[in-house]
Amino acid sequence: MIAEFGLAALWLAAALSLLQLGFGVAALRGGEGFASSVRPIAVVQAVLVGAAFLALIQLFLRTDLSVALVAENSHSQKPLLYKFAGTWGNHEGSMLLWVTVLAIAGAAVALFERSLKERTLVATLAAQAAIGLGFYAFLLFASNPFARLNPAPPQGNGLNPLLQDPGLAFHPPTLYLGYVGISIAFSFAVGALITRDVGPAFAKAMRPWVLAAWILLTLGITAGSYWAYYELGWGGWWFWDPVENASLMPWLAATALLHSVTVLATRDGLRAWTVMLAVVAFSMSMVGTFLVRSGILTSVHSFAVDPRRGAFILILLALYIGGALILFGARVGTVKEGSTFEPVSREGALVLNNLLLCVILALVFIGTIYPLITEAFGTKLSIGPPYFNSVVGPIALALALAMAAGPLMRWRRDRLFEVVRRLALPGGLMAVALVLVFVLAPGIRVLPLLGLALAFGVGAASLAPLWKRNLRRTPLFIWGMAVSHLGIGVSLAGMAAESAFSKERLVAARLGETVSVGPYAIRFESVDPVAGPNWTAIEGKLTASRGGGSFVLRPQARMFSAPPTETSEAAIATRLDGQLYTVLGKPDGAGRWQLRLWWKPFVTLIWLGGAMVAVGGLLALIGRVRRERRARRAEEGE
Amino acid sequence: MKRKDQRAALLILALVAMVGAVLLAMSGLKDRAAYFYAPGDLKAGQVPQGAVRIGGMVEKGSLQRAADGVTIAFTVRDESPNRIRVRYKGIVPDLFKEGSGVVAEGSFGPDGLFAASEILAKHDENYMPPRLDAKKGEHKSESLAK
Amino acid sequence: MKRLILWAPLAVFAGFLMVVAFGLKRPPDPAIHSKLVGKPMPAFELKPAVAEHPGLSSEDLKQGAPRLVNVFASWCVPCIAEAPVLMELKRRGVPIDGIAIRDRGEDVAAFLARNRDPYAHIGTDPNSQVQLALGSSGVPETFVVDGKGVIRLQHIGAINPNELGDIIAALEAAK
Repeated sequence: MIAEFGLAALWLAAALSLLQLGFGVAALRGGEGFASSVRPIAVVQAVLVGAAFLALIQLFLRTDLSVALVAENSHSQKPLLYKFAGTWGNHEGSMLLWVTVLAIAGAAVALFERSLKERTLVATLAAQAAIGLGFYAFLLFASNPFARLNPAPPQGNGLNPLLQDPGLAFHPPTLYLGYVGISIAFSFAVGALITRDVGPAFAKAMRPWVLAAWILLTLGITAGSYWAYYELGWGGWWFWDPVENASLMPWLAATALLHSVTVLATRDGLRAWTVMLAVVAFSMSMVGTFLVRSGILTSVHSFAVDPRRGAFILILLALYIGGALILFGARVGTVKEGSTFEPVSREGALVLNNLLLCVILALVFIGTIYPLITEAFGTKLSIGPPYFNSVVGPIALALALAMAAGPLMRWRRDRLFEVVRRLALPGGLMAVALVLVFVLAPGIRVLPLLGLALAFGVGAASLAPLWKRNLRRTPLFIWGMAVSHLGIGVSLAGMAAESAFSKERLVAARLGETVSVGPYAIRFESVDPVAGPNWTAIEGKLTASRGGGSFVLRPQARMFSAPPTETSEAAIATRLDGQLYTVLGKPDGAGRWQLRLWWKPFVTLIWLGGAMVAVGGLLALIGRVRRERRARRAEEGE
Repeated sequence: MKRKDQRAALLILALVAMVGAVLLAMSGLKDRAAYFYAPGDLKAGQVPQGAVRIGGMVEKGSLQRAADGVTIAFTVRDESPNRIRVRYKGIVPDLFKEGSGVVAEGSFGPDGLFAASEILAKHDENYMPPRLDAKKGEHKSESLAK
Repeated sequence: MKRLILWAPLAVFAGFLMVVAFGLKRPPDPAIHSKLVGKPMPAFELKPAVAEHPGLSSEDLKQGAPRLVNVFASWCVPCIAEAPVLMELKRRGVPIDGIAIRDRGEDVAAFLARNRDPYAHIGTDPNSQVQLALGSSGVPETFVVDGKGVIRLQHIGAINPNELGDIIAALEAAK
């Protein structure tokens, strides 16, 4: 019953989204009375699709094996959290989550957006309904989550063990929510293009969505990186894997959009550019979904893939992005130019930021799809970290420099001399750091050296806008900017330190043997079998000591029963100055076990920085929304 | 600066940046792309330069372990008569075994010995097709990239 | 000139679409089909998976009449969906042998008790060695083997009821 109810709700929601599109178009063509129904339709649609999603959650919690999706992805012995997370830990469920959040976001726009012209809002909601409609069709025709299985199997298939991890249970939905937020920004851009209403009001309406999407993408990428770090047991935190790039590319575009939308909202500049970036950001999130779900690129994260689904997403991508780009080409020439600015100004720095971000985006994009291009000509190759690190690294450092300088520049026009004077202190600090690091670690490579020095400079520069301000009266979004930029500096420091100072040992050790790595001496105590709810494992016991105290690490080699898969569970000890990372390998048959040990100084700063970036975004979001609300109240009070 | 001029200037700037990015990417790709070889792709007496990936089956009975306990050597074969001898220091993936598929990343030495920096044993026995109504073409198999 | 630049993104996007559309059109993985079709079964000898059935060796497949070899596992959901189809084949007099992959005897017995038992021989392949030797990469898979032990067809994934005809036809052709 629940499954049928969910399916019915989904069909109704799809029908409503068609209605929303139709009414929106009719209203834009001058139909009287249509415009007023668009908002309520958006709200009801969200309620229906929300009900469908709740129905699917309920099916998973009950482990209703007569539903094919549950049988394929769940198992009655699975812990409750993963039954819950299993709802979206698969293709159909994640797509349902996608449209659910899309519809809820649409309803939120319909309910709360008051500053935009009504016509532009109707066009936005119509564009949003068009996006939703494509995904409803995808769900209903190519990936029905409520399909029944007859006869029902006695036991389910289980969730991929790699995905049975609290971090990963919430990692994909976070990214998806980010993608959806970007799609709202895209709808705003399309709406504004249709009514030629590209201006500060449009930018202010779009900004909270871009910010929210950007916060979620930041969190998603940070969490995903940490997951790959401790779950894959390879000691690395970023592999430039296609799936990782698929989440990084929308983030880069969203970061650029976030900064250009600020120029548009504050100074009414960069009109066409901002619209273009909204289109690019959305196409990157669609391309990301496509690359992951079509299996067109092989990846360490192997998802169940299906070329038919890939084709479906590709068609949606072609329709939406192609349509938006045609609209862009035809309309943007008729949008009036925004206001001008001098090259040395906040706007100038933000343009530089945008250009560098777009260059990085292009580099990552080309590197990710290059294997596809060459394969079309019959050559198989893979593009790995050597390419990405060497081409992206230097540009990213240049970007960090621009980021340090930007907030210290005035809007519209500034004097170069003044800017240099304001940058003297952070610049000096950077020079000192450069010399210090070089003296203390003479063998250090160029990129980590520059990265460390820049991290200090960026950190100081990002706090500079707070300098000499009354901190209690500083607007929240200025705090947000400072915290986010500082977070980038912190993360940069972590990356540089990790790449420069990591120590690695790979040994075959007997029980009782002691191995040293970095400052630690590690004694290999014992190996024991252990069992969990749906796995068995071999667990090593390692005692690590540095100076006085010692502590125990227990890395495991796990064997899951349903489905049968082996994974290695690294044991990681976090200390203030870094992490000790241990992996238990295979026995060599002669009484020795392979051990892989890393000492990674300050590696945690990478994710701490990422979290700070997200927190800064949150502060900015709260600050912006509050200010808008206050402004509106003041207006209404007059 | 007039508004129109500024827009034109920004447009050109964006274009230049994109062209620059493409050129930079191309130069990076030229020396850092890792090409993929199966034993049958190798011509006699020639070894590819630089970072490459190789793939094939681990030949039965070819696996040897060095005395340090962490270095292994094995032979990769395919349907062709060619063989590639591979040496690897590290923990091999769980699914790595003789007779199963392997993809290795690394570079060839002048003597034709392949020094692997990474071993990727793709999940050969993917536990099930993605859909119950799977048609032949949709069956997922990550065994080997040819 | 400026007008043209505004259309440049569309051109780039169209190029991207062409590349990926081409990539999608390509068969998803060239390694799907076993290179063993048309070749003799590799030699193997598997212990019985359950007490009620004898084990399976490559010699059992050279008895003069075509047989089906079904690679399955008790933990595999599509195998459950496939079970009625195999029963139908058995009803039509097709001899079917099973290879249980990474399985335990009691689980296989329970699986057969629940889903009925179409098999003559069932060998157990705890480490997937025979499966890999067969060039099979998942479960379920089914091989049509002729009376001399030569593989004639590899069917990947569960056999749908509407694919029954293909299997029967391959068996007829193998006679």
